[in-house]
Amino acid sequence: MADQTAIETAGAQAAPGANQALLSAVLSAIPAEAVLASQVARGAEVEIRVRREALHAVLRMLRDDPRFDFQQCMDICGVDWPGRPERFEVVYNLLSMTHNHRIRVITTTNAETPVPTVVDLWPSATWFEREAWDMYGIVFEGQTDLRRILTDYGFEGHPLRKDFPLTGFVEVRYDPERQAVVYEPVKLTQDFRNFDFLSPWEGMTTLPGDEKVHLNRITRE
Amino acid sequence: MSASNQSELSWNQQGLPPGPEQDAVVKGVTGEIEDKGFVVANLDKVVNWARTGSLWPMTFGLACCAVPMIHAYMPRYDLDRFGVIPRGSPRQSDVMIVAGTLTNKMAPALRKVYDQMAEPRWVISMGSCANGGGYYHYSYSVVRGCDRIVPVDVYVPGCPPTAEALVYGVLQLQKKIRRTGSILRG
Repeated sequence: MADQTAIETAGAQAAPGANQALLSAVLSAIPAEAVLASQVARGAEVEIRVRREALHAVLRMLRDDPRFDFQQCMDICGVDWPGRPERFEVVYNLLSMTHNHRIRVITTTNAETPVPTVVDLWPSATWFEREAWDMYGIVFEGQTDLRRILTDYGFEGHPLRKDFPLTGFVEVRYDPERQAVVYEPVKLTQDFRNFDFLSPWEGMTTLPGDEKVHLNRITRE
Repeated sequence: MSASNQSELSWNQQGLPPGPEQDAVVKGVTGEIEDKGFVVANLDKVVNWARTGSLWPMTFGLACCAVPMIHAYMPRYDLDRFGVIPRGSPRQSDVMIVAGTLTNKMAPALRKVYDQMAEPRWVISMGSCANGGGYYHYSYSVVRGCDRIVPVDVYVPGCPPTAEALVYGVLQLQKKIRRTGSILRG
């Protein structure tokens, strides 16, 4: 019987309308001019887009308001859209343990404009912000520890930007004369290979030996 | 025996199979020890026997290839029976098994560990990533093969190689040591 109750409680989140209710409650709690867009993506993911200036206040409200109670910042990540005037999106994924609901808050920025840090709201944000800085070059205002976190020591550039070349600029090798691992401009000995990812059923339109038949079929059409 | 005529290099094929012939040799050696107190053997063969019988690997598990490497150490494949005992320190190791993706950031550390190993030393490169970059060949952060950093003796292919493949690689390395081994430092 207890199991049954547990299943029902867990299922409450999935109930249609719960996400919609959360979204309308959130929208009614923040000033309308702060929100640019909102949706329940794929029917299950509450998502709001807020102005960068209002971001910190919105996140603080989402954490402190007992109706929302988002205690955990699960993830902060960046998205690069080179065609847009503000090319970067910064995505905050929040989780409320007490209410068992989640929300995604998205804001935009460019390479120069800083985004306010949320390290005062969730201390775990430091590593996420360092990663976003390392991979995209997104600047976080108020973050005192904005160092690279994943890439090599002395790395230059932000590798997840769309304009960063896949193979980068430098490669390493051991130099027996200098007795050290040295960096050199990248030189690929093997050309980049393009694969067609079509399955044999889709990719192979003409079977070997059937070329004539295939040609006739095309000319007749 | 015909096996001894086949090749000078096939060193371990000169061994006798269990039987009356082998018993006679063992009895002769035992008698020699009891009589004189010592036996005479080829020094290079004794050295090779000692080296191949205690290949202690420096475990350099960098990525998922470390898992089959661990399997090879565990009782099912049991590299211990070849005298292969994983060590945590390069100073105690004879062979380094580079298991996994070698990144640019890790490369100086790998070389430092290799430099700390005592001669004679060998390297087994395990898996596609360590052999030539593998899946990450074109990546900005991955070394295109650990042979850019350290000299490699045996390449074990696979993504990841099975534990049997690694055991086979260790046996190939033993064979290589027997063929090329010398007491002189290279």
